[in-house]
Amino acid sequence: MTHAEVSYFAQTWGLVFLVVMFATGVIYALWPSNKHKFDAAARLPLDDEAANKEK
Amino acid sequence: MTQIPSQTSSNGRSAMAEIAAIAALAAGAVLALFLSLNAADPVMAFHAALFVAAGALGVIGVGYMWRQRASGRSSTEGYNDGVVKYGVIASLFWGIAGFVVGLYIALQLAYPLLNLDLPWTTFGRLRPLHTSAVIFAFGGNVLIATSFYVVQRTCKARLAGEIAPWFVFWGYNLFIVIAATGYLLGVTQSKEYAEPEWYADLWLTIVWVVYLLVFLGTLWKRKEPHIYVANWFYLAFIVTIAMLHIVNNLTLPVSLTGAKSYSLFAGVQSALTQWWYGHNAVGFFLTAGFLAIMYYFVPKRAERPVYSYRLSIVHFWSLIFLYIWAGPHHLHYTALPDWAQTLGMTFSVMLWMPSWGGMINGLMTLSGAWDKLRTDAVLRMLVVSVAFYGMSTFEGPMMSIKAVNALSHYTDWTIGHVHSGALGWVAFVSFGAIYCLVPWLWKKEGLYSEKLVSWHFWLSTLGIVLYITAMWVSGILQGLMWRDYNGLGFLEYSFVETVEAMHPFYLIRALGGALFVIGALIMAYNVWRTISGASAAKAAAPALAE
Repeated sequence: MTHAEVSYFAQTWGLVFLVVMFATGVIYALWPSNKHKFDAAARLPLDDEAANKEK
Repeated sequence: MTQIPSQTSSNGRSAMAEIAAIAALAAGAVLALFLSLNAADPVMAFHAALFVAAGALGVIGVGYMWRQRASGRSSTEGYNDGVVKYGVIASLFWGIAGFVVGLYIALQLAYPLLNLDLPWTTFGRLRPLHTSAVIFAFGGNVLIATSFYVVQRTCKARLAGEIAPWFVFWGYNLFIVIAATGYLLGVTQSKEYAEPEWYADLWLTIVWVVYLLVFLGTLWKRKEPHIYVANWFYLAFIVTIAMLHIVNNLTLPVSLTGAKSYSLFAGVQSALTQWWYGHNAVGFFLTAGFLAIMYYFVPKRAERPVYSYRLSIVHFWSLIFLYIWAGPHHLHYTALPDWAQTLGMTFSVMLWMPSWGGMINGLMTLSGAWDKLRTDAVLRMLVVSVAFYGMSTFEGPMMSIKAVNALSHYTDWTIGHVHSGALGWVAFVSFGAIYCLVPWLWKKEGLYSEKLVSWHFWLSTLGIVLYITAMWVSGILQGLMWRDYNGLGFLEYSFVETVEAMHPFYLIRALGGALFVIGALIMAYNVWRTISGASAAKAAAPALAE
């Protein structure tokens, strides 16, 4: 593979790959049905000693 | 949760693991002994001897674990907090050591006589000692300790492995000792923040892979279906640092028994690899790792949920995607191709968005709990750290703009910027986390003295303000003096004149550093009194009497 080929690949498919990955992350974050799960997750640090109590 | 029926088989597995660990440590010690006796240079002989001692101590340590388990005095139920406690103590120790060395070299810049005319105490050797001590020794121990604490709580699972977490802690601190003593003895790769030589790098690689496995293993056996956002940040930190460390440290040793090696890269490729590493050490070590601390400790301390969990996910992915490209801004106006410089600048400017998104998410987590800032000095420390994060992530992208960089590069402004991030953000969020952790880990009602936390907070904040304002003035003054031409096209000032002009600002900076050191000493005293069991009821009294 020459330098030109690698850089062509990076500038086309590499770009598409990263944009699609990033878009997937954003869509996952904003997907309406995930809201309930995320609201629960936002409280995770607040009730995490429960598992240690039974020690 | 009941694992009583499998008790015997898990005992057998533990014994197997202990035997394997003892065998590996003993084999390593023998190899190191051989290396020490056949070393090509005295530093290698010394460092190999340190490895021999560490291997021997490791065998004793695992043997102790065996005895504790066999006599039923150790429990593998509940959370594993022993290693976290050690991490907290090590963080304090290295933090103070690193701050003191920083203060000393700040004074060296004001009074060069302080280099004592000895090779071991010159600025060139003490400066990497300072940077590595504060970033890797202090920051690294804070990250390992908090990540071990947070991943257990947010996964509701015990840390994976029994020996492995201890290996990570002691192995990492052995790396610090090897690196630090190497600097003083003049062993360096001359790559900023990647100074340790090839054998120390290989050792860190082993430790880091075990760290990754412990972290992944704990995530694997989690009882909480969702992986909390702090763990995503910790994981990004661990994985990316592994990648950066390995690539930037690809070197060829001159001899397998000697300390010296040569980088596989040369020229501008070496420079770009170095700053790809260097800036992502900022992005993934000093940012992603400490953002994980923010996402756990700020909600926990404020007793409020994360302001927007959705924003935290977008924050994570945008930070990850953008940071990795920002490195070339360290090489403006160099042999690096122009397009690469512009790319680095563009991505740095885009980093404004995730940085500020994260800052807003951290600050707004206090909504409904802002009144706590008046009464809780620890929360104040955490919140001010996030504010400093916002400030330095505003300043950084601005400095990456080529026109600004033309003035700021190679001046003290850069040093000021680094310290507003390192002292204001990284150290403050670490202090806040340690103040939270100490009573939780040692099962105390609260800290020995809230009032001393306040003193620490104000002294350090004043110290940081003195530090960064002095560096702004001296940096811009320096930049302007360097580029000043007279009517005939000659430079207006000789270099030594610009050095002379810096002197008052170096004194102000050293004063700021001294205040920061005093604050850290107050913290160490407070933590020591808390651990040694001064009653919490007594501790609350002076705070109430205010």
